[in-house]
This record gives sequence, C-alpha cells and structure tokens, in this order.
Amino acid sequence: MRLLDVSDLAVSFPTSDGVVHAVRGISFAIDPGRTLGIVGESGSGKSVAALTLLGLSPGADVFGSAMFEGGNLLAMSDAELRGIRGARIAMVFQDPLSSLHPHYRVGWQIEEMIRAHRDVGRHAARRRTIELLGLVGIAQPHQRVDDYPHQFSGGMRQRAMIAMALAADPVLLIADEPTTALDATVQAQILDLLRRLQRELGTALIMISHDLGVIAEMADEVLVMYAGRAVEVADRRTAYYRPHHPYTLGLLDSMPSSLAVAGRLDGASTRLLRPIPGQPPSLINLPSGCAFHPRCRYAMDHCLVEDPPLRRAAGWLTHRSACWLPSDAVGVDPIAETKRWTVVKSGRTPAPPPTGSAA
Amino acid sequence: MSAPDDDVLLRLDGVVKHFPIRTGVFAGRSAGQVHAVDGVDLTVRRGETLGLVGETGCGKSTLARCITRLHDLTSGTVLFDGVDISRLSRRQLIPYRREMQMIFQDPFGSLNPHRRVGSIIGDPFAIHGIADGLLRRQRVRELMEKVGLNPEHYNRFPAEFSGGQRQRIGVARALALRPKLIVCDEPVSALDVSIQAQIINLLAELQDEFGLTYLFIAHDLSVVRHVSDRVAVMYLGKVVEVAPAEELFERPRHPYTVALLSAASVADPDVADRRERILLAGDVPSPVNPPSGCRFHPRCPKAQSRCEVEAPELVARVADTDDHPTACHFPVEPTDDLARAAVVPMRRATLFPGEQQRQ
Repeated sequence: MRLLDVSDLAVSFPTSDGVVHAVRGISFAIDPGRTLGIVGESGSGKSVAALTLLGLSPGADVFGSAMFEGGNLLAMSDAELRGIRGARIAMVFQDPLSSLHPHYRVGWQIEEMIRAHRDVGRHAARRRTIELLGLVGIAQPHQRVDDYPHQFSGGMRQRAMIAMALAADPVLLIADEPTTALDATVQAQILDLLRRLQRELGTALIMISHDLGVIAEMADEVLVMYAGRAVEVADRRTAYYRPHHPYTLGLLDSMPSSLAVAGRLDGASTRLLRPIPGQPPSLINLPSGCAFHPRCRYAMDHCLVEDPPLRRAAGWLTHRSACWLPSDAVGVDPIAETKRWTVVKSGRTPAPPPTGSAA
Repeated sequence: MSAPDDDVLLRLDGVVKHFPIRTGVFAGRSAGQVHAVDGVDLTVRRGETLGLVGETGCGKSTLARCITRLHDLTSGTVLFDGVDISRLSRRQLIPYRREMQMIFQDPFGSLNPHRRVGSIIGDPFAIHGIADGLLRRQRVRELMEKVGLNPEHYNRFPAEFSGGQRQRIGVARALALRPKLIVCDEPVSALDVSIQAQIINLLAELQDEFGLTYLFIAHDLSVVRHVSDRVAVMYLGKVVEVAPAEELFERPRHPYTVALLSAASVADPDVADRRERILLAGDVPSPVNPPSGCRFHPRCPKAQSRCEVEAPELVARVADTDDHPTACHFPVEPTDDLARAAVVPMRRATLFPGEQQRQ
C-alpha cells in the first residue's frame, strides 16, 4: 500500500490571456520513509503539483486523484483537508523569512501549530516546541524559543520551519526548494538535518528542486518535469547515469562536468557546455505534439504530431520516459547515441533544398 | 604576487570598505561599522578569468563595487591598467568607466522596464558620446546579434524577454564600449540550468573574440571551476586563499575552502554517496564585530590558540608556489583527514563515461 498515490493530476488556471496548463497529467507514488525528488526548471509545474495536493492552489481547475490514507486529497472538503494539512502532510517552503510571521516569537508560532493539531495545554506545547527546536539543531533552544524571526539567521529560520513542519508528526513532508535561498555550507547542514530526521522519524519526503545536485543527494526516486508533464521517472542512479529522455540528458549536459573542465585546459571544443537551445514554452500556447520538440536535438516528424505517453524504458522496471526514441536507447554512451541517431535519421523527412532567400 | 606588472590589468592593495551603521532620528550617530571588505590584496591578469567565491555577506559584491568605483573606498588603492583610480573624481573616472563594465545578477532589476531594449544597449554610446543616430542604431544591432538576440527586437521592452534573453541584453550593454574588464556579479545565479549554460558559453566565446578579462563572482562552485583560470575565496571581508582553479579544487589549503568544497552539491549520485562532509558549526559571524585573529577561527576544525590572537597573512605557505597564497597558520595538508572531505564538486563527464568508471 503506497502512502500517497497520485494519478493523472492535471491543474490549469483560467486567466484573461487564456488557460495556463500548469500540470498536464502526472502520476507518482511514494512509500513510507522514502524520498521522491521532483526536478524541473521554473514553470515546469513542480510546485503547483505539490501545492494542489494540499488544496493550496485557489482558482485552479484540478483533475485526477491523489489517494492518501484511504481518502482522495483532491476530492476533500476544506475542513477535511485542514485535518491532514500540517498534521499528516506538512510542507517546508523556499523562503523561510516570508513563511514566518515577523511580529510573533518563533516559539509562539510553533506552539500555535502544535495546539492547532493536538489537544494539549500551553505548557506542554512549549515543552514540545523546545524539544523540536533542539531536534532540528538550534543551540540553546530554551533561550531561542523566545526570539523573533529577525533574530534568526537564514539557516536557523529554515530549521525553525522544519521544526514547525514536524510539530504534529506528519508521515509525509513536502519540501519545496528548501535550500535554494541558503548558502552552500548552510544548505549542506539543512540537507543533513532532513536526512537525519527522515532516518529517525521514518517520514516520507517529497523534495522539489531545480538543483540536480540536491536531488542527486537526497532522492531515492527522481521525477523529471517539463512543461507540466513528467517526462522521465527513474530511480536515482538510472536518472543520472542511464537517462532516456532528451530533456534529462540535456539538463545533465548543461552542467559543468569534468569533461568540460578538461576541455578548457586543453583548449578543446569540449570546453563549451552543451546547453539546451531555446527556452521553455508558454504554458498557454504549448507546442504541438511533444512539448519539448522545439528544443530537442533528436526531434522527429512524429514528435510534432503526437505527445508521447510515459512508457517503460529498457533496463530497470520502474524506469519510464515520455519520448518516441527507442526504449533501449538509454544512457550517455556512444552506443546509445548511435541508436538514437539511427532512429532519428529515418524518422525525419529530408529537409527541402534551401531556397535562395532565407527569411 | 608573481605576475609582472604589464601582465596585470587590475591590482588591489589593502582595499577596505566599511559602512557606518547610523541610528537615531536624524541618522547622525554612528553605532559601529560593517566591515564589508577589510583589507583585500588581489591581482587580475590580462585576459584571464578570476573567479571570486564566498558566501552571502562575505563582501564579494561590495568588492566588485569598489573596483568599479560604484562605492568609494574607505582606504586602499585600486590600480587599473597601472593607474590608481581609487581617488579619482567622477569626471576623472569617465575614461576608465569605458574600460570596465559590470553584469549584474538580476536580469529583472538591472534593466529599466520603461525603456526599449535598443536604447538600453545604446546607453553607453550616448553617455560617452561615441556614436550617434544611425551609426549608434547600427552598432546596437551588431551587438544584439553578437550576443544572440534578434536585432529586429530593437524596439521591444525588457518585459517581452525571458530571463536568459535579458541577461544577454545586460551582456550586450556591458560589451558596447569594448571594455578591457567585465565584472560579472553572479551573472547566471538567477537562471535555469539549461539557460545558465547558454550564458556561460556566450561569455566564453566573447572572451575569446575580444580578449576580455573577467572578474567572475559566483557561489556555484562547479560553474566557477568551469569558467575560471584562477579562483579567490573570500570569508568575512578577507581573501583567505587564491590559487589556479584546478589547484584550488584539487589541493585546497584553507580549512574554509575545504569546507566550502565539501558543502557543494554534486549532480552525481555515487560521488554524493561516497563523499565525506565537513559540516561547519553555526553561521557566518556578523561583519559588525568580526572575530579576533583569524576570522574563521570560531568555526574552524583546525583552530588553535594562536588563531584567536594573530590574523594570518595571505602569503604562500611552505610547499606552495607563489601563485597559491593562503591566509592560514595551519593550512590543510594532503595527509589530513580534512583533505579527504574536499571532494571535487564536479560531475563526471557524461559524453563517454563507460561502466568501468562507476565501479
């Protein structure tokens, strides 16, 4: 029995410019104690998907189902959701400063959270708050509990947010870019804290990030999103070493690698990174067929016509990818590359001879 | 340092920038000083890229603004092309401003939203009275083409461009007067991974074509490693280590550099699993009251009593070459436990990784 089972989640927002298709049918599941990493660039729909699960995307048209502890989150009333949000599923956001109220003491805000979900007195709540602050690694929690948010550093605020999220012993924690606003050494502390808490408390974690490094460290399973769709789902090592979808390949290639550094030292052409050309599409006017085709170096005729379903890729049972390339063309080695290009060549109509005056 | 004088484009000597903290109704009373930059010696050689890394509040952006004289220095000198520009008046500065330009982090905040892109890029010509009318238009179009923008978009407003394209506008504006030095302050931090790579490549190509010198400020170590010839590390207003890029990443000497390297996330699951981490205790101290002696000593795993008293100088230590100075009494030796934690924050090559590389 999965802890959370989301299927065909679609979220769209009607606006005066047209309908924004923020999430276009994604499915995923998570088991207790596991970490699912959702990675994608800005506008890929990763945050909207998470917020929608908790009923935090007002004004959206939502379809699909999200089964959690026997109920469908997407069909629940506000009152029912309030019993789950914070209590069973908690969330940590990117910006801890704007998530904490500047006029209230940090401890008071955590106490309030505890008392909202538990029938305990003020003193018990305060004791629990101090215990939680200690758990998330804040030194001298007895004193710091009466501090205001501005007296905390960025890293401490994020620790306080995590303490608040853990206040009611949730079984699932959704962390939306929890370290993006933090420095590298503080990020390392927070990621370490999340891993430790997960080990000790057995909480399942959905980690949303644009940072492939953070996901590589945290996730058991990786879901790559592009333009509102899951384009690839795989266990962590498969996603990084044997990816199938050209977008995943492109993301990895965009990052500086040892190869690029070596090329730089030799003055070789590999010194340049290999970015994905172009930009993400508008979510109002999506490209036909596969939304990635205008930026895809392997795009074939068929890609303009039909959006590929998420189907099994070779190798690992759980590896799925939404691409028309042959399912066994996984990885970054020359063999896979040859497989890809063989198919691509036969899948493209020959370009018309160039006319004299290009537009 | 070792570089002969005509090889040096920019030389900083004892650069200090303190900001007074003023309190009271009429902001008259001084309540102390923020020691943002506190005695920095640094050289930038012609045609090189000097990477400058450090965490929030370490003074790297303030230093950049001191170099370009957007801030006046509290003390110290800035020699640009052999001329001390640190005491020049605004008027006297004008010819030097042509030769040093800046690219900023935020492609949204650094462009006036009410002005057309063509006129933004043409500004440097207008300010310095270089090209007029049709000629200026022509030059701007050339620049737009050079940085990968469509010259037909001359009359558009910044809002009509994506983040990556706006950063290209910033690059074009910086490039307009063919400067010798471009100070890039976190030029890709606000961009998505795939777009980041486009801008990094653009900067590399422009450097080759125009022989530009870059001071490249960033907090993403893999990016810094990829672009830099040499790297300087800052902590609380001081440079703690300078070295050729490869050497800094392979053989870091300052414990803070080691901690910074070990905190960086790597988009490679196996590396992420194997590495050891140094988790620094606590947060960066306040630059209002920096710690005595070595500023890193309260958080340093190697600190001894001498470090509390005596501030170490930035000089080459025993076994180091002249171009690798470290401000530390007890630098990290290759045999130290600490050295093992400095895992190179670099994803392994994706082009032909082969299975045998993965163990």
